[in-house]
Amino acid sequence: MENESGALSRVVGLFSARGYNIESLSVAPTDDDSLSRLTLVTRGSEQIVDQILKQLNKLLDVVKVMDLSDFQHIEREMMLIKLEAKQTESIAMIKQIADVFRGKIIDLSHKTFTIEISGNSDKLDAFIEAMSEQTILEVVRSGCIGIARGNVALKI
Amino acid sequence: MELSGAKIFVESLKAEGVDTIFGYPGGAVLFLYDELDKAAGDIDHILARHEQGAVHAAEGYAKSTNKVGVAIVTSGPGATNAVTGIADAYMDSVPMVVFTGQVPRALIGNDAFQEVDIIGITRPCVKHNFLVKNIEDLAPTIKKAFYIAGTGRPGPVVVDIPKDITDGSEKIAFEYPETVDIRSYNPVIKGNPNQIKLAASALLEAKTPILYTGGGVVLSGGAEQLTELARMLNFPVTNTLMGLGGYPATDPLFVGMLGMHGTYEANMAMHKSDLVVAIGSRFDDRVTGNIEKFCPYAKIIHVDIDPASISKNVKVDIPIVGDVKQVLTDLVAELKRRDEKPNEEALAEWWKQINDWRKTDCLHYDQGADVITAQYVIDKYWQLTKGDAYVCSDVGQHQMWAAQYYKFDKPLRWINSGGLGTMGFGLPAAMGVQLAHPGAEVACITGDGSIQMCIQELATCTQYQLPINIISLNNGYLGMVRQWQEFFYQKRYSMSYMESLPDFVKLAEAYGHIGLQIKDPADVEGALKQAIDDKQRLYFLDFLTNPEENVYPMIPAGAGQNEMILV
Repeated sequence: MENESGALSRVVGLFSARGYNIESLSVAPTDDDSLSRLTLVTRGSEQIVDQILKQLNKLLDVVKVMDLSDFQHIEREMMLIKLEAKQTESIAMIKQIADVFRGKIIDLSHKTFTIEISGNSDKLDAFIEAMSEQTILEVVRSGCIGIARGNVALKI
Repeated sequence: MELSGAKIFVESLKAEGVDTIFGYPGGAVLFLYDELDKAAGDIDHILARHEQGAVHAAEGYAKSTNKVGVAIVTSGPGATNAVTGIADAYMDSVPMVVFTGQVPRALIGNDAFQEVDIIGITRPCVKHNFLVKNIEDLAPTIKKAFYIAGTGRPGPVVVDIPKDITDGSEKIAFEYPETVDIRSYNPVIKGNPNQIKLAASALLEAKTPILYTGGGVVLSGGAEQLTELARMLNFPVTNTLMGLGGYPATDPLFVGMLGMHGTYEANMAMHKSDLVVAIGSRFDDRVTGNIEKFCPYAKIIHVDIDPASISKNVKVDIPIVGDVKQVLTDLVAELKRRDEKPNEEALAEWWKQINDWRKTDCLHYDQGADVITAQYVIDKYWQLTKGDAYVCSDVGQHQMWAAQYYKFDKPLRWINSGGLGTMGFGLPAAMGVQLAHPGAEVACITGDGSIQMCIQELATCTQYQLPINIISLNNGYLGMVRQWQEFFYQKRYSMSYMESLPDFVKLAEAYGHIGLQIKDPADVEGALKQAIDDKQRLYFLDFLTNPEENVYPMIPAGAGQNEMILV
């Protein structure tokens, strides 16, 4: 979409006005200064998703829309999670689980760990689940971003 | 030569060919008004008495000409007062540009006096909106606004202009852009040829077809092409509320309006149809009734310029995205190219069935000697004006009666608030229509509830000597509310009785107009004639009508098209 103030609120406003749901949303500028890329995860029947695509296309700030689920694609989300070990013995386990999920411990203090982890959203859910025995102090998720595999590209 | 923002604004309007602008001044637009005053003669500014009136007037102007209507209001309350009109234009796809004043840029976001985020407020009810952030953007933004408003599926565009851009502290060379290029906005005009071929085949195979046409026919200027198509195929035609006039109502192929208060024959024909051809119509809930029961046997073709209208409410079999006029032209050409005729035998049978339905005479009414029947007043007005008047309507029972009994043979004659259903729309819209068509017969059909919502515009009519005929069907009730309360709330008439009605005759006279109160059915024709014949004065005809009259037929909410209440 156009990298202009107001563009994002038009998209978000459309979803709330028409009662569509937003599971996650991620937006940032691209290599082209005039464009932002917005990745949005929503749920709905085929008819609703079809209507969402049409309504998005109608917005003048939206330059091009692509339904990634029509293509083979890669999804990624990043999470920062801050944990407190319940017991001193848990510390080794936290490190171990983080390794299994290829998470990185990026900060720690007395009893707290901050871990960075990325993958698809299911993996992040699973990681949170695996850490459920610890005290989870904070979860920050970036929202999903995605890109199609192979030659397919969302470009203008 | 370098120009101030205010001067650039006026020059841009001139470049767009704007001859009339409706508005109301205020602090944030004083520089614009200063220049507008100097431009008088090229651009006539019409001073409404409330911003809502100004915007509805611009709508009336646009709806009766298919040109872009223009309005200007100040910041804050001026802008919020305009919102109802903007939302109305959005729902009915009215091409319109509304300029709102804004506080100086340095004050935006400071809760300044008369500051409101009108861009945020109007975002869900505009086709697009712009905040002009610097003087260099002013002319290109105005160019874009007119282009967006008037092309594709038309709609309102708001341009918010901070005061300090207009004040002359900064001046730049003026050059109005000749072209406009918006990369994400390229309305499809021509329909896909393969889809048109598919549609043509379906038309030729149909046994019980119906053309269901809407406001898109009127907006695209495609009424002639629709008439040609219908006559060529001998198919029945029904219009939506917004589509009236898109097909001649007195033509034998016309089966009347469809939907909640449509005719029995139109709704039954839709229900039994095997091919529904939706043209510039959008399957509104007032048309479909219970969506589960809608057109159970039909294949559906849908022609619309807005892809988002297709398969929104009802799944469509043959979608054609494109301008209605263009698609109809191509469809007629395709049919001519083929050496086939529609199924004449089946159609004869179909017409026999439709004519049987017609025999119920669902719009029959009785005009007795004692009380005036609203239907009679409109029927008479139609006869006296030979179907050639511009009829503006408010919202309620009178609106439905106007739609049912005034037979529109031409497009752009029926000006009403269809989508939003805005009470108070009628009178200001009539002002816009009268200004666009000086000398034409213009009526505002209204009721005792609606007329009071923008009654202040009677002063505007005085100022500009607009000889509108206000036909008020005064039943002392908010009639449509009362009707629903009678049917669905066991006659508990909560707040639907209009107590303390003013003396409308004196009120009209106070504004300098002619007011007549008509009680006797025998006087209806005379009063209408007097008003029609007088081309100089506004008449306020206060018809005291039967208080408990209902609009029939009616499809109750949740019922199917074949489940009408007839009387």
